[in-house]
Amino acid sequence: MIYLDLFLGFLKVGCFSFGGAYGAIPLIRDVVLDYGWLTDQQLTSMIAISESTPGPIMVNLATYVGSTQADIAGAFLATLAVILPAFVIILLITALLRSIIGHPYVKAVLGGLKPCMIGIILATGLYMTIDHCLAEGTPDIRSAGITIALAAIMIFYKKQFKKKLSPILLIIISGIAGILVYGI
Amino acid sequence: MNIFLDLFLTFAKIGLFTFGGGYAMISIIEDNCVNRKKWITHDEMMNITVIAESTPGPIAINAATYIGFKQARFLGAVIATTGMILPSMGIIYLISMFFDNFLELTMFANAFKGIKLAVGLLILDAGILMVKKMKKKLLSSGILLCALAAMLAGELFSLPVSSVTLMTTAAAVSFLACLVKGGKAN
Repeated sequence: MIYLDLFLGFLKVGCFSFGGAYGAIPLIRDVVLDYGWLTDQQLTSMIAISESTPGPIMVNLATYVGSTQADIAGAFLATLAVILPAFVIILLITALLRSIIGHPYVKAVLGGLKPCMIGIILATGLYMTIDHCLAEGTPDIRSAGITIALAAIMIFYKKQFKKKLSPILLIIISGIAGILVYGI
Repeated sequence: MNIFLDLFLTFAKIGLFTFGGGYAMISIIEDNCVNRKKWITHDEMMNITVIAESTPGPIAINAATYIGFKQARFLGAVIATTGMILPSMGIIYLISMFFDNFLELTMFANAFKGIKLAVGLLILDAGILMVKKMKKKLLSSGILLCALAAMLAGELFSLPVSSVTLMTTAAAVSFLACLVKGGKAN
């Protein structure tokens, strides 16, 4: 039964996708190709769409796969399944958090995880920014130009107004810049 | 404003405007829930991020559940999480109806190419802010640099470096250091 398959398939994704969306993509591929819900080609385009539309990538993929297989009920079930493990785990941790967070061993583990995570985030940001400015290995002048302009706007705004430019505003500016620059 | 309505609208706004998922979301959640609404502190946000990274599921869902629960218990968690996913569900559902033609619209494709650039910068910005606010000690700075180098090397040379492995190693190193010091915090 398709509803049960969708629910169980995405429950599995929700349970085992550590490390955010990029960790989840291989898992989603396994499940989706296993059940034969999408072809490899369809899935690849859908990942691109999920990355460039708002919202968590896993939720976007679950909604899409669910709606192609069993319309709105399928979209709803697949999405519910993918978020359920995260929701339950955080509720459990939050209810216990105050008492466990002060323990020296827990502090030590968190103290190791934090700098590691910061390193991973920095590396991801650096790599993505550099990678986006290249087109198959050679520098892409238009993308590099937009990137430098956006970075300049962010820095200038912070200096001028002593606070961060809202990320939402930056995304709107970048969308308009994309339409103008790549459209020429 | 009613706290439930406030939670719902705030997370719906975050869900509607966060492109690129995961790390890009952190800076938007921080901007709204720490700076504007003062629902949580920067330290709590760091804890959520770490917990989100070390538990399965989308980071945004973890954060919405935590903040919702803290403000208004179970119902708050449900409402914040629902607000978070509803906009993207709606958008993707619409797209799924005419998906094949979507990226062929040049204007959309171009806008998304621009947005992709901003996403990279937002992630970088989130990382830099975290470095600035971090307590810099020998162990933590060392872990940060090692993780940064390992991830970059993995991306550049297509090595199979997994963030889960890196984080498990970092946690183990820090835990051992704590044991060596006789159970005192690092």
